[in-house]
Amino acid sequence: MKERKIVDPEYLLKEAPRERKFITGNEAVAEAIKRANIDIAIAYPITPQSEAMHLVGDLYAEGYVKDYYRGENELGVMSAAAGAALGGVRVFTATGGPGTLRAFEMFPCWAGMRLPIVCAFMCRGVNSPLTIQPDNIEIGWLMDTGMLIFHAENPQEVFDMLLQAYCIAEQPDVHVPIGVCMDGFFVTHTREIVEVTPDDEVLPPYDPSMSPIPTMDMESPPVRHMRDPFVMKSNYISYATHASWQQEVRAAADRARKHIARYMGNPIEVINPDAKLLVVASGSAAAQARVAVDMAKKEGIDAGLVKIKVLRPFPDKEIKSALKDAEAILVPEYNIVGWLAREIASRIDASKVFGGPRVFGGMTMPPEIIVGEMKKLARVVYR
Amino acid sequence: MSNCEKFINLSTATTKNETKKGKTNMTSVIHLHEKYRVLPGPEAYLPPAAAAMGVSLPDRGEALVEGEIVPAEEAMVKIAEKLISAKNPTIFPGPQILWVWNEKVVEKAKAVRELAETVGAKVIPMPDYRPKYPMIDPEKEINPNHPNLTIWHNDIDVCIFVGVHCHFANVALKIIRGGTDCYTIALCAKAGHEDAMISLRDVDVDTIRRLTEIVKDIKRRESRRADG
Repeated sequence: MKERKIVDPEYLLKEAPRERKFITGNEAVAEAIKRANIDIAIAYPITPQSEAMHLVGDLYAEGYVKDYYRGENELGVMSAAAGAALGGVRVFTATGGPGTLRAFEMFPCWAGMRLPIVCAFMCRGVNSPLTIQPDNIEIGWLMDTGMLIFHAENPQEVFDMLLQAYCIAEQPDVHVPIGVCMDGFFVTHTREIVEVTPDDEVLPPYDPSMSPIPTMDMESPPVRHMRDPFVMKSNYISYATHASWQQEVRAAADRARKHIARYMGNPIEVINPDAKLLVVASGSAAAQARVAVDMAKKEGIDAGLVKIKVLRPFPDKEIKSALKDAEAILVPEYNIVGWLAREIASRIDASKVFGGPRVFGGMTMPPEIIVGEMKKLARVVYR
Repeated sequence: MSNCEKFINLSTATTKNETKKGKTNMTSVIHLHEKYRVLPGPEAYLPPAAAAMGVSLPDRGEALVEGEIVPAEEAMVKIAEKLISAKNPTIFPGPQILWVWNEKVVEKAKAVRELAETVGAKVIPMPDYRPKYPMIDPEKEINPNHPNLTIWHNDIDVCIFVGVHCHFANVALKIIRGGTDCYTIALCAKAGHEDAMISLRDVDVDTIRRLTEIVKDIKRRESRRADG
């Protein structure tokens, strides 16, 4: 392993000098992992993720990651990631689209086992007919696994969120997995300027003694005790324990809020908060909405943007506050189901929420189609 | 917390209706307080996790008392008073202080034993987290998956969790709040526990010794007062 300087996480995230690099989202993943002091990374290829885990493999060869191998499939990879995390080491993996679904059983298991694994999700379509193109329907499913879910708008956020994710996930009162999602190709394969920290400075190593569950060290008590599955018993107390266990996993997500504030700042970004017409979006849709809002302003429409960076725990208070005076809320998305519109509509007056425009299956979302919808709403809001 | 607020409105109405019919409150989302308080139960068939009801963990130097953040010293006095006034105070030491997995543990375990002796508290261990089937021996141990059995059997009115891994402590504390009237105290070495009625954080040997001293002080004062 290469000798590098261990630094305070807040210094690394907020104060360390930054170098500008012109890199893709997948390359930003590798740059973050290089600085994350990873014990093991486990890979299985799938477009558009393959390049990222290939680059992480290069980091292993260069001595920046302690261990690395390719699993037999995504379920195998995510199961192995669970085993490694139970053994008390820092784990990284990534997948996307059909890979996410093939591995899906393990995501609530990670959360249930309180494992602080960080997984990058490079989102793509999953439906038949086959597509390898951008579509983030899988985020809607991931949001109810018990994992924390971040959604990166661009390669810069990919870099920052992955490092922030380890700092948040490994807090003893949180200690649940985090999915850092990014839209396939739009982010993973798009080259942008990314400001990265020095590559000879790394996060402190993971301390398994801070885990809220015993690490599975079979050699020394008290940690040699496996957790027998109480669910195998059919009685009231077993069911009540399982229920209490699930509540505790969700409570951990709520506890993450203050750590998110510390390491990431505000989980939402608001532009022109006083506008009566607001566009609410995350990920690549936020990038397109940002352009659309500027275009609309030039056409005389007073509109604002609310970008959501953290989807779980959902920033309820921040969203309610940001949207309290809005008269119309447009929610553009890169999926057919409109999971973000559903989230927003369940928290405020649903009659103000307009889900759309939506594109999927690899289609792009030109800002002009968002502006088109904004014009229709503006005619009602500003008549 | 928008969902919670909706639940509060809905469930307040439900409770009133149920009260008229003389039914028991059986829904975990129901609570009638503006602000959720972490109080002895039996609270509900399935009580909510306190964190989900807006109770936050304290920062360093602070503690939680019934859902409110207070200075740690104030919480320690409250713990001492609860222990002294209890009919059957009991300490549940967990695996982290029952097993010698580092040198500091020995000192901490001794400090806990001294606290128990000072209070006159019973000690019932939680040696591991495996559910005990077909039946736990509630006189010998407590288990996080069915802690209420040990509390009911021994008629414990105030208990202390110490050395229990946080996840298992939270699961157990919530089950206790749901089904018993036991007053729960958590001496946590990490960030604390919202699901306990009183929770200290960053508890080390010195904290436990300080708590023992506070107990001794209060007892001395009470003794002097009794002697006139």
